[in-house]
Amino acid sequence: MSALSLEQLTRQMAAHRADFPILAQMVRPNVPLVYLDNAATTQKPTAVLRAVEDYYTHMNANVHRGVHSFSEKATAAYEAARDAVRDFVGATSAREIIFTRNATEAINLVAYAWGLANLRIGDQILVSEMEHHANIVPWQMVAERAGAHVLPIPITEDGQIDQDAYQTLLGSGRVRMVALAHVSNVLGTINPLADLIRMAHEVGALVTVDGAQSAPHMPIDVRALDADFFALSGHKLCAPTGIGALYGKRALLEAMPPFMGGGSMIDRVTFAKTTYADLPQRFEAGTPNISGAVGLGAAIAYLRGIGLEAIHAHEVALIQHTMAGLADIEGVQMYGPSADQRAGLVSFTLRGVHAHDLSAGLDQAGIAVRAGHHCAMPLHEKFGIAASTRVSFYLYNTLEEADHFVQTVAAVQRFFAR
Amino acid sequence: MDMYHEAILEHYRQPRNWGVLQPCDIDHEEKNPLCGDRLRLTVRVRDNHIAEIGWSGEGCAISQATASMLGEIILGKTLEEARQLTKEDVLDLIGISLGPVRLKCALLSLKVLKVGAYGLAGWQEDDSR
Ligand SMILES: Cc1ncc(COP(=O)(O)O)c(C=O)c1O
Repeated sequence: MSALSLEQLTRQMAAHRADFPILAQMVRPNVPLVYLDNAATTQKPTAVLRAVEDYYTHMNANVHRGVHSFSEKATAAYEAARDAVRDFVGATSAREIIFTRNATEAINLVAYAWGLANLRIGDQILVSEMEHHANIVPWQMVAERAGAHVLPIPITEDGQIDQDAYQTLLGSGRVRMVALAHVSNVLGTINPLADLIRMAHEVGALVTVDGAQSAPHMPIDVRALDADFFALSGHKLCAPTGIGALYGKRALLEAMPPFMGGGSMIDRVTFAKTTYADLPQRFEAGTPNISGAVGLGAAIAYLRGIGLEAIHAHEVALIQHTMAGLADIEGVQMYGPSADQRAGLVSFTLRGVHAHDLSAGLDQAGIAVRAGHHCAMPLHEKFGIAASTRVSFYLYNTLEEADHFVQTVAAVQRFFAR
Repeated sequence: MDMYHEAILEHYRQPRNWGVLQPCDIDHEEKNPLCGDRLRLTVRVRDNHIAEIGWSGEGCAISQATASMLGEIILGKTLEEARQLTKEDVLDLIGISLGPVRLKCALLSLKVLKVGAYGLAGWQEDDSR
């Protein structure tokens, strides 16, 4: 991409900064916030804040319970949000969308509801080495109860799934589930999901996709991917915290027992026997996060208004620019695929400077990044490092912010090297 | 860029009493799971005094430098004297204010000492024991 078009692109995007009131905040007097921790959570545009306020101001009531007007209004808003998610991920039916608190809860739902009903002693679950703890630990917990085994799928030095090793693992004939991130929150790898899923299906295994880091940044089509389950977190895509979603193929969800019990998820309750509600209510016990769902619907409308392709292209431009800058700093080691093959984030180490010290130095300059193991301890162990620093972009970040970040990393490097 | 004062940088670059003592009378390691900082303390006790110490591990400048500074303070003290050291004593060594996350880095060495030498299992940064 030529320098001119990069600038044009990022300038176009910069127009959207004004939609995010928090971006005008100061970290300290005269130190503006430079928010580059978007893989952890994203900021919220006014459209989302308004939608939540509007919901509470004009229609708050419980859903699916009352026959009064406000309950009907609230239910309509809640179900409209579900349909927005359906359309956003490319699902056929809104019944295939379950609201959860976040991606973590969505994965736990599959692990427990599907896993406990289907896993047998000696069965295998494959989990890639680049997974977030959210896509490792629930599988371990359920496997332990079922007598099944969780096996790691190795990754290559440049942060890609080792497809030969994956094929070999699938050959055991005992693999029932494969748990894969769409985009790695540490390496930025965009996994070739369609291929990986096809390989799993060929041996009769299902695939749960952790879409926490892809859904916010690129168009998603669960049908084209042929994903069996797909988890996302609203807060990583401009929606409030406390709302997420699980997509599941209808036939699979219909065959699964509930995850949690309570109100809303039942058909008929007697002390002799309780029967469960149809999809999606069967998996939504208790009063849901209605305002969060409304906020998620508004966030999806906002992102689609800008265009997921445009957001992805903008972030790729920023990460390429940033990685070129970091490569010039002495002692910087970046992890994962090359700049032209990744999402808009990079994790790196700086020789002689611990990630916490680097992050403290960046914070002095108003720059927010993530330092630590990013909930991926097995991956950090693989690369032989205790902690790394991660910079992650979103639609509202600018070329100037990327430059400011690179210059500050260089300044911290000089501070420790003197 | 002016992050930490000179003493911290200096202790970070050249930590005092670094190494593992074998044999030793006290040997304890603690981790900060948040950032992967790891700190181990080995101690030789003679006549109830802390006669020799060896720190080892890895982590940020704050956790490593405070360990080095704390080590200099406890060396030669009786076990009872060293036990009296508090969180405030350690924070005074650092001389800059820290947020709650980095506070854990700063107090990791004190935690190793408290849990390792005095068996205060479950000692937390806000503990006055
Ligand atoms: C790849 C990945 N999976 C899962 C999660 C978990 O997201 P949440 O904490 O919102 O459930 C995250 C975010 O931290 C992530 O980056």
